[in-house]
Amino acid sequence: MRTVESQLRALMLAGLAGDAASYRALLQAVQARLRAYYGRRIGPDHSALEDLVQETLMAVHTRRATYDSDRPFTAWLHAIARYKLIDHFRDHRAQRSVSLDDWSDFAGVDETNATTARLDVGRLLDTLPVQTRDLIRAVKIEGQPIAKVSATLGLSESAVKIAIHRGLKRLAARLKRSGDL
Amino acid sequence: MSATDDLIERLVVGLTPVPQSTVRNRLGLGVGIGLAVSATAMVVTMGLRPDLTSAITTTSFWIKFAFTGLLASAGAVAVERLAHPDGSAGSAGIVSGAVSLAMISLAVGQLLASAPADYRGLIMGSTSSSCPWLIMLLAVPVLTLGLWTMRAMAPTRLTRAGGAVGLLAGAASAFVYAFSCDESALPFVALWYGLGIAATTFVGAVLGRSALRW
Repeated sequence: MRTVESQLRALMLAGLAGDAASYRALLQAVQARLRAYYGRRIGPDHSALEDLVQETLMAVHTRRATYDSDRPFTAWLHAIARYKLIDHFRDHRAQRSVSLDDWSDFAGVDETNATTARLDVGRLLDTLPVQTRDLIRAVKIEGQPIAKVSATLGLSESAVKIAIHRGLKRLAARLKRSGDL
Repeated sequence: MSATDDLIERLVVGLTPVPQSTVRNRLGLGVGIGLAVSATAMVVTMGLRPDLTSAITTTSFWIKFAFTGLLASAGAVAVERLAHPDGSAGSAGIVSGAVSLAMISLAVGQLLASAPADYRGLIMGSTSSSCPWLIMLLAVPVLTLGLWTMRAMAPTRLTRAGGAVGLLAGAASAFVYAFSCDESALPFVALWYGLGIAATTFVGAVLGRSALRW
């Protein structure tokens, strides 16, 4: 806990001094912590999770001047995260009380299908070669830009595109066969 | 996942250094401009008290400035602290309570030392019906600019933060008003100045709940 604090604090101070690399590392660490923090409180699959994470990241950035270097960074971050969470609850309270009487909530909230579909995709992907699987996951499921993925893997963009195209084709063929069952 | 990474990249691009003094400087600038506006408004519309040069030698003249000046300082400290997300007013609340108590004690002391026939004059003076209103009116520039600046900081206790801005605005306004007002009785100052400052604090706290949201 203490090492996390001193690590983040050092990154924050460097970021405040204008060091972009430290600041990027800070925001990435903060992002992970925020996702865990909000995930524990509103549920890791909640649709508002990503919005909350992004809004808080933005607040951390635009209000970074209010960090006092004499005080713990994690306390500062927690105070902002908590404020944004309370704000989120305040904004959604009205909506929630309305939807309590809404029958569609009971009919429509069944997430079994979505979960099963996700599991199925995962199982299908597992039948592909490791690299193809990772490429499809990164680009098609997580939505990362092709340029970034190819750069991290040291491949050309066209090679990535071709590999994904072939992998999807094989998946389609496999789906067609299992659909016959 | 990737949208958040993109956001981080956008935030990192064009990163500018932020000095530690930023919060103080911005709050100081906002409050300073507000103060200049209300001081100008006081001089132009009400004028300085005509007996200013002779009043400077009296104790009550300085007590007025000490009372309002100390309250404004306590308000400024609370504003600066509550502008931080993990900040609390702390000792500023105690200081403003102690200053108010001291002022009330001085006022009661003056009443006890006077004849009952003089009570009415000491308490009501001749401008009691306008004094608190003028203080509230003169507080508008500092209150507005103070809330505006505070909103760009990261207050998380909005009512308290608004109240602190209100205390600073009300007390600073009363300080400015004292250059124009020629009432010198301490019971008058304690009651009517106190009322104007308290009402501005209250307005700030109520406004803070909604105006300071970010």
